[in-house]
Amino acid sequence: MKKVFINKEVDVNEEGYLIDFNQWNREVAECIAGECEIVMEEKHWEVIEYIQDKHQNSEPLSIRGIKKSGVINIKEFYGLFPGGPLKKATMIAGIPKPKSCI
Amino acid sequence: MSTKVRKMLFILSKATIENVYAAFVMANGARMEGIESEIFFTFFGLEAIQKNKLEHLRVATVGNPALHIPTMIGGLPGMEALATKMMKKEMEKLDMPPIGEFLEILSDSGCKLWGCKLAIDMFHLKKEDLIDDLDGIITIGDFYNRANEDGTQMLFI
Repeated sequence: MKKVFINKEVDVNEEGYLIDFNQWNREVAECIAGECEIVMEEKHWEVIEYIQDKHQNSEPLSIRGIKKSGVINIKEFYGLFPGGPLKKATMIAGIPKPKSCI
Repeated sequence: MSTKVRKMLFILSKATIENVYAAFVMANGARMEGIESEIFFTFFGLEAIQKNKLEHLRVATVGNPALHIPTMIGGLPGMEALATKMMKKEMEKLDMPPIGEFLEILSDSGCKLWGCKLAIDMFHLKKEDLIDDLDGIITIGDFYNRANEDGTQMLFI
């Protein structure tokens, strides 16, 4: 599936996750966030960078990992990305949806 | 969100580790999907929210055919502890948190945790015996009243 964000065409899967991380940049992230009704601020970017790092190191993402991250606590995480925080944060970060149940 | 489920209400009445984790994983999974969730702890389920008991929950080795241990052997001293230890080890590998930490995660995620008034009275438990994160002690009627929106599902475990 193709999607156009401010003149940039990106490939996404049926759930809206980017297929190729090379197509990711902050503008694309802001557009995805906008679709989730999230306005990106300093703290959001910190979290996005943290989960991108985790993904690059092939470390699985989980809510427990967020708790131990030192970047953000779980309450703040739910506050920043309301309605399914890990699902939305990974979508904005341009990485695949986590497969873990926890 | 494509699902029509908006709120999951769980009644946890058992204290064997697999039942408690089933409730916790489902309640947490709901929150992770943007679905509201709440757990009502009653009868033996109260063990999971008692400060001095919650880290000592066990898997049942007697009357549990899925473990494939003959009942007579499952009843030997130490078998339950051994099976529990093995199960916890496997859980840790999958990054499943211990009960106490899981309760913190649930509470921080906005999952409401309720104690059943009748069962708490029956077991002569005091508020101090229960975890600090508990949202309150309520009746089953109060809990039914929390099923107040379309798309609410209730599960008994």
